[in-house]
Amino acid sequence: MPAGIVSYGVYIPKYRIRAKEIARVWGEREDMAQNLNVFEKSVPDIDEDAVTIAVEAARNAVRRASIDPARIGAIYAGSESHPYAVKPTGTIVGEAIGVDHQLTVADLEFACKAGTAAVQACLGLVTANLIDLGLAVGTDTSQGAPGDALEYTAAAGAAAYIIGRENIAAEIEGFYSFTTDTPDFWRREGMPYPEHGGRFTGEPGYFKHVMSATRGLLKKMGTIPEDYDYAVFHQPNGKFPVRVAGQLGFLREQIEPGLVVPWIGNTYSGSSLIGLAATLDVARPGERIFLASFGSGAGSDAFSIRVKDEIEDVRNRAPKVRNYFENVQYLDYAVYAKHKGKLRL
Amino acid sequence: MSTVPRFWRHIPQRYNLVGTHCEKCDEYYYPPRTICPNCRRNAKMEDHKFDGRGTVVTYTTIYNATDDFKRQTPYNLAIIELMEGPRLTGQVICSPDEIKIGMKVKPVFRILGKEGDRGIIYYGTKFVPVEGSA
Repeated sequence: MPAGIVSYGVYIPKYRIRAKEIARVWGEREDMAQNLNVFEKSVPDIDEDAVTIAVEAARNAVRRASIDPARIGAIYAGSESHPYAVKPTGTIVGEAIGVDHQLTVADLEFACKAGTAAVQACLGLVTANLIDLGLAVGTDTSQGAPGDALEYTAAAGAAAYIIGRENIAAEIEGFYSFTTDTPDFWRREGMPYPEHGGRFTGEPGYFKHVMSATRGLLKKMGTIPEDYDYAVFHQPNGKFPVRVAGQLGFLREQIEPGLVVPWIGNTYSGSSLIGLAATLDVARPGERIFLASFGSGAGSDAFSIRVKDEIEDVRNRAPKVRNYFENVQYLDYAVYAKHKGKLRL
Repeated sequence: MSTVPRFWRHIPQRYNLVGTHCEKCDEYYYPPRTICPNCRRNAKMEDHKFDGRGTVVTYTTIYNATDDFKRQTPYNLAIIELMEGPRLTGQVICSPDEIKIGMKVKPVFRILGKEGDRGIIYYGTKFVPVEGSA
């Protein structure tokens, strides 16, 4: 029996800081935004964290398809900014959406791809008929050290996917993962900001893994890039997904609907899943979507997705990704620093 | 110290605005009451999850807060009348210029407070203006 996405929901905080404002403070070149293809990034409110934004996304997913939360048998919450080192994010999300307590919950971490790993875990349980519905969440209020290159992109956002077998809005036709031990980006226990290998995060990190997972899935499925109407690649900045798409033979038009990083930044565990949601917001029944996430450390999960008729019933019943681009409020660097807790009081 | 059990007991009402409803006299209660003051021993109480939309009855803006809330100033505290009738105190997230008596609000999930750097994080419901109601 086919399995896939029964519902989805996203949440992006309303605050933004422009890349040129960050460049102004650190004396960087003004064309930083153009170079990264990231013009602004989302910033959480003072009282928002990876848990609160996960709850908002999960509530949107429940609302979109009028899901009875008692049917949810598993919650996997992927993040690299879980507010607690010990105490699950997923239990708080579960309580806040009103689940029955007979379910399994665990938090995941795999840099930017913990959200797609959560989708895979749910898909396994659902396909094996062990649970009715699974909730997979990718959520982050990511950290970038002041003045570091990451500060231009490290943003906040969450995506939640309800995976099941009945009334699926988009079927997951297959997935393929490629994983190695590659230390391109990390954060040690107790440290406030991550470290990264600079240019080393590119070829041996992002490109090697995304391309290997993509080529592996195309071979497994017997498909070619032209078979897909849309493609979403993880968006650490606005350059990498455009370049990797070109190298793999996907066209700019295929990635355009899901390319949200220029306006919200890199939402880490939420990134590729928010890109997928933006694509589901516009895709028509019968169309196919290719998705490849990337998580430093490093790995990539690629998915082949076919949109079903049911998408039309659920699409308009919760906020779309681009609704969160409206009524945004811009912060200067000082207020942004206060929001992110970079100022010690 | 520990306020942990007290917070834990309040999770349903803080996360999801779960109060009570007396089926006999149709009165709604938030925070939840176990006994209906109208019907007393004849009451028929049931849990009720409030939708969370409501109206600002009155408000104040806090400029000088305790240490735990210093980073949030200025912020608005309002008495909100829920659609079903009960009134509660809650934070309304918007600029002090924007908040008005009669403004329609809806619930959001936020951090209510933290027990310092080592204690637990209190999550729960705050409110934001419903767009176009200001």
